[in-house]
Amino acid sequence: MANNYDAIIVGAGMSGLAAGIRLAMFNKKVVILEQHTIAGGLNSYYSRRIKSTKEIIHFDVGLHALTNFAKRGERGKPLTKLLKQLRFAYTDFNLKEQSHSVIKFASAELKFSNDFDLLRSEVAAVFPTEIDNFDKFVKHVLDYNELDLSASYIPSRSVLEKFFYEPLLREMIIAPLLIYGSAWENDMDFSQFVIMFKALYCEGFSRPVGGVRTIISLLEERFISLGGELRYRSSVENILTTPNKKVAGVRLKKGEELFSNKIFSSVGLPETMSLTENDDSPADIGNLSFTESILVTKDKSFLKDNDATIVFYNKSDEYLYQKSASYADLSSAVFCMPDNYDRDDLTGKGHIRVTNMANFSLWDDLEREDYLVEKNKILADAIELSGNLLNHSIEPIFTDIFTPKTVKKYTRHFNGTVYGSTTKLKDGLTEVDGLYIIGTDQGFLGIVGAILSGISMANLHGLMEVR
Amino acid sequence: MSTVDVKQVVLDIIADVAPDEDLSTLKSSDALREQLDLDSMDFLDIVMELRKRHKVEVPSEDYSHLASLDSCVAYLTPKFA
Repeated sequence: MANNYDAIIVGAGMSGLAAGIRLAMFNKKVVILEQHTIAGGLNSYYSRRIKSTKEIIHFDVGLHALTNFAKRGERGKPLTKLLKQLRFAYTDFNLKEQSHSVIKFASAELKFSNDFDLLRSEVAAVFPTEIDNFDKFVKHVLDYNELDLSASYIPSRSVLEKFFYEPLLREMIIAPLLIYGSAWENDMDFSQFVIMFKALYCEGFSRPVGGVRTIISLLEERFISLGGELRYRSSVENILTTPNKKVAGVRLKKGEELFSNKIFSSVGLPETMSLTENDDSPADIGNLSFTESILVTKDKSFLKDNDATIVFYNKSDEYLYQKSASYADLSSAVFCMPDNYDRDDLTGKGHIRVTNMANFSLWDDLEREDYLVEKNKILADAIELSGNLLNHSIEPIFTDIFTPKTVKKYTRHFNGTVYGSTTKLKDGLTEVDGLYIIGTDQGFLGIVGAILSGISMANLHGLMEVR
Repeated sequence: MSTVDVKQVVLDIIADVAPDEDLSTLKSSDALREQLDLDSMDFLDIVMELRKRHKVEVPSEDYSHLASLDSCVAYLTPKFA
C-alpha cells in the first residue's frame, strides 16, 4: 500500500535527516514529515532583505559553531564517524576553523582554540597553582566512558570540586559547556559534561562555508537521491498506537494517515508523548530558553581589534545558568563573530550574534504589540553589550531577534527549550513499542551530536533488528 | 565465486565504508580492527552491504567471523556458492 512505510520519521532536522539517510541507504521505505517548508529544525536558516540596500542576506537560525572539529581522516572522532556513516567526503562540509574563543569573567579570562595546548597554557598562566589538578582532571575526563548507556546522573560540579580549589576556575570551565548544551539548570550530568568538554575544548569549533544551509542541503540531497520521501508542510497531529501500546502510524493535520510499525521522532520526548493517545507519564519539560540577537554592520571594522570567534561573557565571577527572572538576563551572554572563522577576508558586512538566557512564560504572556516592544528593548541591550565588549561603537544596518516563542514555533518544544527535556532517553526507547526518540532528547548534543543520534538510533532500531 | 573474488567483494565494501583507509598494505591474516579505523558501526555497514549487494546474510552471532580478511573469505565463500 502506498501509505505503508518501513519507517516514518517526524521532523527534518539534523537527526531526522541523518536517520532517514541511514535507513534509505539500506533500501528501507522511509518518509520524513516536516511541518515547515525548510529543513533543519532547531538549526535551520532563513533569508531577509536589508531595506536600505535591498540586498538579500542569508542567516543561520541558531548556529554559532559546529563543535567536534576534526582534521581530515582523524581517527575515532565523532565527526569522522558521522562522515563515514553517511558516506560524505571530509571536504563536502567545507569547514573553516575558529581563530580562538574566550571565556571572559569579571576577574579572569581564558582563551581556547582547536589546539588544546592553548587552554592548558592559559590555565597554567592564570591559575598556576591549579595546573597539576587541571592535568589530572583532563586525564579523568579522557578516561571516562561517557557513552555508557546505563550510567546514572552524576552532578558535574561535584566532580569539579574534587579536582579544583579555585571556584573561579570551576565556573569558567563549566560555563561554555552549560550554555552550549545543558537542559539542566546550573549543572549537568557528568557524562554530558565529558561529551561537551571533548566537543568544545579538545576538538573545537568550525563553521561550514555558507553556514548551516551547506550541511542541511547535503543531507537533504543525499536522502532524496537514496529514494527517501521528504514531505514539507506535513505536521503530525497524532501518533497512532494499538491497544497493546504498539505504534501503528501517524495522522497528519491535513487528515491523511500514514502507517508504519517504526516511528523515529525528533520533536522532543514530552512533545512526542503528547502526540500519542496514551500519554500517562509526562516527561519533565526543561526550563531553559534563550534570546538570540543578530546584528549586521556595514563593514567589519569592529573586528580589527577583536579576533575571537566566540566570547563566553559573564559579568561577575559566579556563573548562573538558569531561567532568567526577566525577559533576558544581561549578566551573561555568548557573543559569536562568524566572520572570525575565516579572517583572511575582512571585507564585506560584519556579523555579531548575541545569546542571552531568557524566560519563556514572560515572552509567551505578551500581547503582540508589547512583544514587539520587548524584542526591541532586548535588541538595544544586545547592541550596547556588544559595543562594550568589543570596545567599538556598533551601528547595525540590520537586526533580528529570536525569543523562546520563536523557538517553540519552529521546534514545537514546550517552553521553547533549546536543549530539550531534562529526561534523556539514551537508548531511544519509549514506553510505546516501535516509537523511538532521536535528536535532542536522546541526549547527544549540537549538530554533530544530533546527526550521530539519528545515525545510531536508525542503526540500533531500524537496521539491526532480527529479520 | 572463487575465494579471490570473495576477497575482492569484501575489499570493495571496505573501500566504500571507510574511504580514507589505505587498503594496499592490508595483511589478510591480521585483524581488520587493528589495521584500520573500523568500529562497530562500520562492521554493521559491512554486514548491511553484503545483504544489499549480494543478498548474503550474516547473523549477529557470526560477526566474529568477519575479524580478518582471511576469516571473512573462509566464512563467506560457502554463502556465495
